[in-house]
Amino acid sequence: MARYQLDARRLFCPMPVIRTQNRVAELQPGDVLEVTCTDPGALNDIPAWCRINGHRVLGTRRGDNEVIIEVEVGDGA
Amino acid sequence: MSQSQHNDSPGANRGSEKLPEGRAPGTAPVKAVALVSGGLDSMLAVRVIQEQGIHVEGINFYTGFCVEGHTHAIRKKDQGKDKRNNALWVAEQLGIKLHIIDIVEEYKDVLLNPKHGYGANMNPCLDCKIFMVHKALEWAEKHGFDFIITGEVIGQRPMSQRKDTLPVVARESGAHDRLLRPLCAKNLPPTLPEREGWVERDKLHDFSGRTRKPQMALAARFGFSDYASPAGGCCFLTDEAYSRKLVDLWQARGRREYEMDDIMLLKVGRHIRPAPHYKLIVGREEGENNFLEGYRKQFVHLRCTSHTGPLVLLDGEANEEDLRLAARITARYSKGHLAEQVTVQVTGLDGVSRELAVAPLPPDELKPEWHL
Repeated sequence: MARYQLDARRLFCPMPVIRTQNRVAELQPGDVLEVTCTDPGALNDIPAWCRINGHRVLGTRRGDNEVIIEVEVGDGA
Repeated sequence: MSQSQHNDSPGANRGSEKLPEGRAPGTAPVKAVALVSGGLDSMLAVRVIQEQGIHVEGINFYTGFCVEGHTHAIRKKDQGKDKRNNALWVAEQLGIKLHIIDIVEEYKDVLLNPKHGYGANMNPCLDCKIFMVHKALEWAEKHGFDFIITGEVIGQRPMSQRKDTLPVVARESGAHDRLLRPLCAKNLPPTLPEREGWVERDKLHDFSGRTRKPQMALAARFGFSDYASPAGGCCFLTDEAYSRKLVDLWQARGRREYEMDDIMLLKVGRHIRPAPHYKLIVGREEGENNFLEGYRKQFVHLRCTSHTGPLVLLDGEANEEDLRLAARITARYSKGHLAEQVTVQVTGLDGVSRELAVAPLPPDELKPEWHL
């Protein structure tokens, strides 16, 4: 398992989801991707995308004008 | 919410002679990719096909002009509103995967050179649909999917969903009879999935026209009680005010082209053009000002320093007289709009700032034709 980071700041829905989707496609099951966004809508969209595509949100947290979402890559089933 | 993917239907397996290479005869499941906009029609189309035991996955295209969430995410007063992405939400209700594809760059040619022209505003709906079905076809071929479904209904939309234009979409996209419209299929010639028996034509629908009643009834039958507004409201290009600002941008630059930042900025603030060679983008509230802050280094910008006021970006070339007028307009939208004189800071592209003492422009001097 490896950890990666993705900067999706100053992007608006659905670009943070698209960037997450494209980066996750390059990773292995079990890898963790930490996505940083400024669009608070990402707190809804990225978890929704994870649920329907077989990935897991390990946690979310809010920073100064930012939200951070930790995604564990699933097996794509 | 149903997550079912039925696989006991006669349509679940295809005839062996039609199987792509590499699949065992009689065992490969039929798969369809659906254009999912987030609206009701595509939601219903997917469920109709799911009910026939077909594995469906969704595809959603991002053109840059999608209404989804942008302004809600920017404007402070809207930040308490539900910001769900409707396509993702629909996919979750249907229990299907959703693939969101960024087509911002490729879409420029669709918008700038539409073979079939524009609708009421700058919406190239027919070319847009042809392009999206073509992209879905490419995706389907790459991922081993057998046909494409859409939520189109004959007569539903004035440009892209007419009896004479639905065949144009099928033909010019290259999808031909691999394009199935489950909601109006009975009004159209049988497609490949119907002829091959993958899909039972009798279980498809014959909706037509602008009425939404059949869709509402079908939604009720499927137990869908929450869904987004009908199609057409999801693209800024169908919006008259947005289209006017886009055309103004091209006229001012003397060329028809755009970048992502251009189309984002057209969604934000008041756009005021006092002269052909420059315009002002005035933040209307805190959220928009915060958004415009991100563009400060790319634009000459103004802000009232003696009173609270908006951030104003200046797009174009402005001489000293123009800057004074821009400062007066900036002051007009500040808390000091009734004061005799206010101070406005002007910052150039080199980052150097200076202050101008100006009288706020009276409302009757702000010409209506300056507002885009």
